[in-house]
Parts: sequence; structure tokens; C-alpha cells
Amino acid sequence: MTLLRKLLLAAAGLLPASVVLAAPALGAVEKQPLNLHAIGMFFVFVLGTLAITWWAARQTKSTSDFYTAGGGITGFQNGLAIAGDYMSAATLLGLSSLVFAKGYDGFIYTIGFFVGWPIITFLMAERLRNLGRYTFADIVSYRLDQNKVRIFAAFGSLTVVCCYLIVQMVGAGQLIKLLFGLDYPVAVVIVGALMLVYVIFGGMIATTWVQIIKAVLLLAGGTTLALMAMSQFGFSYETLADKAVQAHASGWNIMGPGSMLADPINTASMSLGLVFGIAGLPHILMRFFTVPNAKEARKSVFYATGFIGFFFLVVCTLGFAAMVIIGTDPQYYVNGEIGGTLMGGGNMVAMHLAKAVGGNLFFGFLSAVAFATILAVVSGLALAGASAISHDLYATVFKKGKASEKQEMRVTRMATVGLGIIAILLGILFEKMNVAFLVGLTFGIAASTNFPVLIMAMYWKGLTTKGAIIGGFAGLICALVLVILSPAVWVTVLGHAHAIFPYDHPALFSMPLAFLVIVVVSKLDRSVRADKERDAYADQFVRAQTGLGAASASAH
Amino acid sequence: MIDIHSTDTQRCERIRSNPKFLQLVSSRSRLAWSLSAAVLGTYYAFMLVVAFAPQWLHAPIAEHRMLTLGMPVGAAIIIFSWLLTGWYVYSANTRFDALGAAILEESK
Repeated sequence: MTLLRKLLLAAAGLLPASVVLAAPALGAVEKQPLNLHAIGMFFVFVLGTLAITWWAARQTKSTSDFYTAGGGITGFQNGLAIAGDYMSAATLLGLSSLVFAKGYDGFIYTIGFFVGWPIITFLMAERLRNLGRYTFADIVSYRLDQNKVRIFAAFGSLTVVCCYLIVQMVGAGQLIKLLFGLDYPVAVVIVGALMLVYVIFGGMIATTWVQIIKAVLLLAGGTTLALMAMSQFGFSYETLADKAVQAHASGWNIMGPGSMLADPINTASMSLGLVFGIAGLPHILMRFFTVPNAKEARKSVFYATGFIGFFFLVVCTLGFAAMVIIGTDPQYYVNGEIGGTLMGGGNMVAMHLAKAVGGNLFFGFLSAVAFATILAVVSGLALAGASAISHDLYATVFKKGKASEKQEMRVTRMATVGLGIIAILLGILFEKMNVAFLVGLTFGIAASTNFPVLIMAMYWKGLTTKGAIIGGFAGLICALVLVILSPAVWVTVLGHAHAIFPYDHPALFSMPLAFLVIVVVSKLDRSVRADKERDAYADQFVRAQTGLGAASASAH
Repeated sequence: MIDIHSTDTQRCERIRSNPKFLQLVSSRSRLAWSLSAAVLGTYYAFMLVVAFAPQWLHAPIAEHRMLTLGMPVGAAIIIFSWLLTGWYVYSANTRFDALGAAILEESK
């Protein structure tokens, strides 16, 4: 999802009809006739995942099983699940549409979305695993004031989770209406209800397996589609390039960098938010705690990076192939006008391609995968939100670490139900709203609140509680204010003529501010507590490097 | 993680004074930071070319070809950074982990 929405925001105005998931153009989307192939295949997927949930429920005995699958997921499995969290329906739909419309520029964006992963491998994966247990607040509060830091971290996590849940729910409703021909509220309720079942009964074990299955389906579906499309070009990229240049309105321009970098500051801000926002998304961070040790954590990012890179290359191939196969076929355009509006909106390129090269059955399969994708991401989000409430707020802050496992599990499940209901209600409430700003907000807050505090806690001896909290809130408020003043809210939602802040993404400004405030406030902090916190870094460093005392996998 | 704070302080002290620990820390951070610099350096060099010399990427890979240099270069960035990831993971999972295990053993 993330990619797509980012893309869309960045490309606002560039892409003819914005997007499936970012919703603005979707108001105009016609409900489609019932798509029986898609519904049938989705039904099979749901049955399979429910069976897994039933199995997972029997494995889920402790809080550790519930939050992190008992640390019993292998590196390879977790790699698929991380890749699944990152590659969504929106990646497939949004990136291929972007390449379809813009050629090489779309490819440049794709590369930008990829390079954050190696950095996470080099600098974060093993420290996350060695220092954390259930939530990223474990790491931040390692040597800082437990209560204050956990309240702050839970606040940051929940803000990100709620914003992102709304975006996902609205996207789900619109996409399902479009692909399956179901009513919007029906679609939202189905997504919410299935998510509740997965998370409440199956916890992280079920959530992870749903994500793995979906990642495999998405990789297989995308690759098959690319192979079928490339067979029309004799599997030659040279032939593909030749025909794409002939077919595309921009001709030769699609083969090199072009117009999309006209606004480098917005681009830089977006890519910064995306790269570092990922490293601040609670549901992604939680994935690092599901493996038994740092070795598996590293392996999982290695696999994830490989799958993501491969998938991105496949998606770019789809975009170019679609220029020829879809771009020259009037039946995919409204009123048959080639170069006009695509049927179903500008984001349907990959779906049309599936129909063109694979027929209705394959189109149905890909639609079902898209639905499954949303379901998997929403489940991960709900689990991350629920664990912030039960582990950070309830068990640590409210009960001072004295809650029994039973109590904690009960609170988690109640929190999940609460989040599920909120997600369904907000999803329905926001149906007609332009939720594009929530994407900027989600990644802006993740990159300017969670990420700076987390990375400083792991790498900087001088960090103090005061610095972390004041700096984190500075980033949060700055990101929030800038998004409100940005075109997406100030102009589109509030109806003013000009935006006060000209860019859609706040990260370029709010993230450095957060770091600056963290450093300055920590340096000025002369309290006794602060000295103790600085001294405690030495031991934390030993643990981060050697894995001494790291939470271990549960017995089964 | 309140529970583990107090127990292992002396052990941490012993680990810190082990010369192998210093070796682990310096070789790991040297590798991690140089690989990060390699990935980000490659990416930003690419973006600079995109911004200031886009015609380089727009040049055909050979005469009378339609594919441009930008295509293989872009794919190479993705593959190259993934291979670097593999390099780090391999070093960490063999060399660093072995060193780490030895340090933990000696500190008991």
C-alpha cells in the first residue's frame, strides 16, 4: 500500500486518475458486476487462512506466542512476511501504473523505495533483535524511564497504526468494490471481521502465516503475469523497449529520466519519509522479534530485500509491457479513446494486463491476491496497535510489570476488538473523504517520531529520557502541522486556494528537527537520572553487540 | 527489561575488557558503515546523474539499440545493494557470531 500511496501523492497531477487506494479518484469508481472468479478464489484463500488460524490458536499459549509467535519463525519465513508487509496490492497496482504512465521515471522511484532495506540490514536488524522483545518501546525504554518512554512510544505507535488503518480500510473498500463488485460497507466489514478472527485467535503466528501465503501468491502471480506478458515479446527486453517506444505517446522519452523530478525537494522529502518511515512502522519493527535470534533476524532482511528487489523489477517489466499490450487496445479505455482515461481508473494497469494475457480466470486470481494483501497488512497493523496498548500501556505502565500473562492476553484481545471496531467505523466514515493526506502523515510521523528516537536509543550514548520525549514530540507536532498546511489538507480538504507548506511530505523538515531537538535537549539534561541513563549505555552496547540476555525463542 | 538490568553488570564489564570484544565492535561497525556508505553513495550518485546528466542514462546501450543505459544501471543498483546485504549477513552470521559466542563463553 505504502508505495502506491506515496507514489500517488508524489505524482499528484501527473497520474491522470489518481488511485485505487489513495481514494480521491475513487469516488467516481463505478461498482462493477460481481466477479465470481475472484470471489471464488478469495473464498479459497479465506478458508485456508482460517484453517491456519485454527492451528495457530492451538499453538498460542503465552503472551510471547501471541505477540511474536514465540520467536519461532525462521529467517526465511520472516523474510517472506517482511516482504509481504512491504509489497502490497498497491505496489503491484501503483508502481506498474506509474511505469506505464511515465516510463523510466517510474523505475527511478522504484529504486528509491528499495534502498532503505540494505540500510536496515546493516544498521538495525541485529540490534532490534538483541535488545527488543515485543515492541520497539522495549528498546527505547531499555535504559530510559520506563513509564514516560512507553507512554510516548505507545502514543507514537497508535497514531501511526490508526492513520494507516484508515488508509487501508478505505483502500480496501474501494478496491473491493472495483474488483469484486461488492458494496463498500460490506467490503470494509468483511476486512475488519476477518482481521479480528486472525489476530484474536491466531495472534502473531496466524498473522505471519497469512502474510507469508499472501507474499508467495503475490510473487507467483506477478512473476507469472510478467512471463506471460514477455512471451508476447519473445522474452526480449530489446523488442519490448522497441514496441513500447512506438506505442507510448511520449515515445523515446520513456527510456530515460524525465519530468517527474521537476520538484526535487518534494521527491527528496518523500523518499526520506519512505525509507526511514519504514524503519519506524510498528508492524514492520515487530517482525524482527518473531525470529529466534539475531542471526535469523539478519537472514530475514536478506531474504526480504531479495524478494522485494525481484518483485520491483518484475513490476517495472509489467509497466513497460502494459504500454504495448494495454496502451494500444481501445477496449481498456473509457469510450475506446486510446490515451484517455483507463477503465476503472489509472491504477488498474496490472489488472487489465492480467485480463489481456491471462483471461478472466487469471484476472480473478490477481484480484483475490489484492484483497488478501490488504487483509494481511491490516492484521499486522492491528496486532502492532494492540501490543502497544496491552504490553506497553497496560502491563508495563499501568500494572508496573506485574500483570499476569492471562490478564495481558485478555487486554490484548480487547484492544484488538477495539481497534477493529474503530477501523471499520472510520473506514466507513472516511469513504468519501480524500485520505491521501493520511499517507503523508503516517510516514511523516513514523520517520520523525518513532525512527529518530529508536535509532538514537540504539546508537547514541548521550540520549536521555527528556531528549527522547521532547524530541519525539517535536517531530510529531512538526509532521502534523506541516501535513495540515500541505496541499493535501489545506487545499484539497479545507478548500483554501494555496497551501502554506508547498510539499506533500514533511519528513525532509520534521525528521532533522526531531534529531536536532533530541540532541540539544539530551545535552542540556544535567539531572542525575540522565547521568545514569548515559552510564547504562555501556551495558546496553555489550548486549546489542553480543546478544547477551536477548529474549530467546519459546520451547515449541 | 528491568529484570535483566542488575544481574549481568559484572559480566558486561568482563566482556568490555576482553580485547576480542573491541575487535568485534570495530570490525563489525567498519563493515556495516562502509556497506551503508556504498549503498547510499551509489544511490545518490545515480540520483545526481538523473538530476544533472540525464542524457547519460538516456543513451542507447549500443548503436541502433532501443534499450538505454539507464535500464541495466537501475537494475544493477538493486542487485548490487542486495548482494552487499548478502555480504554483510554472511560475515555477521559466520565471523562476527563466532567471535561473539567466544566472547560470551569467556565471560562466564
